[in-house]
Amino acid sequence: MPISYFLVLSALLFSVGIYGVLARQNAVLVLLSIELMLNAANINLVAFSAFLQEAGVAGQVFALFVIAVAAAEVGIGLAIVILIFRNRQSVDVDEMSLMKW
Amino acid sequence: MAALAQEILFWALAVMMGIAAIGVVTSRNVVHAALYLVGTLMGAAALYILLLAEFVAWVQVLVYVGAIVVLMLFGLMLTRAPIGRANFDNDQRLMSALTALAVFGVTSYIMVRAFEGQTIDLTRETGTLTSSIGEVIFSTYVLPFEVVSVLLLAALVGAVVIARRD
Repeated sequence: MPISYFLVLSALLFSVGIYGVLARQNAVLVLLSIELMLNAANINLVAFSAFLQEAGVAGQVFALFVIAVAAAEVGIGLAIVILIFRNRQSVDVDEMSLMKW
Repeated sequence: MAALAQEILFWALAVMMGIAAIGVVTSRNVVHAALYLVGTLMGAAALYILLLAEFVAWVQVLVYVGAIVVLMLFGLMLTRAPIGRANFDNDQRLMSALTALAVFGVTSYIMVRAFEGQTIDLTRETGTLTSSIGEVIFSTYVLPFEVVSVLLLAALVGAVVIARRD
């Protein structure tokens, strides 16, 4: 199967994630879009791991690391979102302009 | 024959993942957006099985679908996001769509040009053995593995400290 199939699919997921990060207002929905982008990277890693079989399973191992880091990122991200909600009663990213110049 | 079946499976999964991903970023209902994400993540897990990476596929199901999506749903409920239909988009939708289209066009053009005609051999009898992943993690990549475990501990403690009420 051509490797470009997987690469184009992952590019599609990544750009959909970019659209979500830029166009969504709710902070939790922005986090969901970030998960889409991380998944696109994982598909690339696993596809190249199957493509370069002589290189062993390095791609799959790095996909596992990305999944672990994504789990940590979601935990911290949601903690921050909940803290902001508690202080400001809103998770609207357009209203979080306190540190904007 | 097997190659044709793989091709059909890939296209079915790709269409499903594309529709679900667009659902994640356009749905007017936050819970539906999180459930659309499950569609994309399960499609990715099926792609990993197609790419002979069973262990990554099951870790994907366990960690992403089992933990991260549930955490997201908790986040949506704790922040009292409107559960019904509501508008969650800001006024940059056109610019965002143009940016995403530009990124998609450039990356897919470069990828297709760079790997033109190269194919993945998916006709092996066995997939990747989980034991070989374990051996590599605990020999070549033992340092990053330990760093990731410290990172997870730090994230756990940090999340508790940040979200604690006092």
